[in-house]
Amino acid sequence: MTVRVQHAIFDAGAELNAFSKGAGVGAVVSFTGLVRDTDGTLHQMEIEHYPGMTERAIAGIVDQAKVRWALDGVLVIHRFGALPVGAPIMMVATKSAHRADAFAAADFLMDYLKSRAPFWKKETTKDGTAWVAAKDDDEAALDRW
Amino acid sequence: MNVMYFAWVRERIGLPYEDIQTDAATVLGLVDELRAREDRYAAAFADISALRVALDQELSDFDAPLAGVREVAFFPPMTGG
Repeated sequence: MTVRVQHAIFDAGAELNAFSKGAGVGAVVSFTGLVRDTDGTLHQMEIEHYPGMTERAIAGIVDQAKVRWALDGVLVIHRFGALPVGAPIMMVATKSAHRADAFAAADFLMDYLKSRAPFWKKETTKDGTAWVAAKDDDEAALDRW
Repeated sequence: MNVMYFAWVRERIGLPYEDIQTDAATVLGLVDELRAREDRYAAAFADISALRVALDQELSDFDAPLAGVREVAFFPPMTGG
């Protein structure tokens, strides 16, 4: 299990290639989240986090995934600080002998990282800055598990 | 104890963290003390249904006891991923 919380940019392709190694691995699933500009007004995304709790919360979420699915490895990278449009924010990758476990675990990890890891997004647009509000759907998504 | 504020709670109060001496038995008791301090605290804690709390870096509840707790953090619902 690898968890990295960092400001530095990462190369999702290189991370995935390195992560995919392993004789027993038959399936790798990954997700990469990017700073999205839906209407052409976003200047940057600022991500605040709670150092200490962040690492602990992510490790707890990964531990739950490892109990529920047969995984050979989990990778979580999440950035903080000011990020420009198009930049990678975070990535999750899971590997397993079979695809069902890798898919389900990655989906679970994303749902939990979204509303149980202490990150907060703030958008700067041409109109000013605003904190991104959590969505009811994000909380409801946890009930799936 | 160390009391921390994140995101708009930090902005509204104007501090990232502060050391607070309290005899409050629960998180809610601490919130009441903070509200009584100044308008900026009253504003930040006006609607605690819009807030989350962590005790010693574990997500908790507003009715949780504070005995033995060293770090309390208040923040809005998280928006990771």
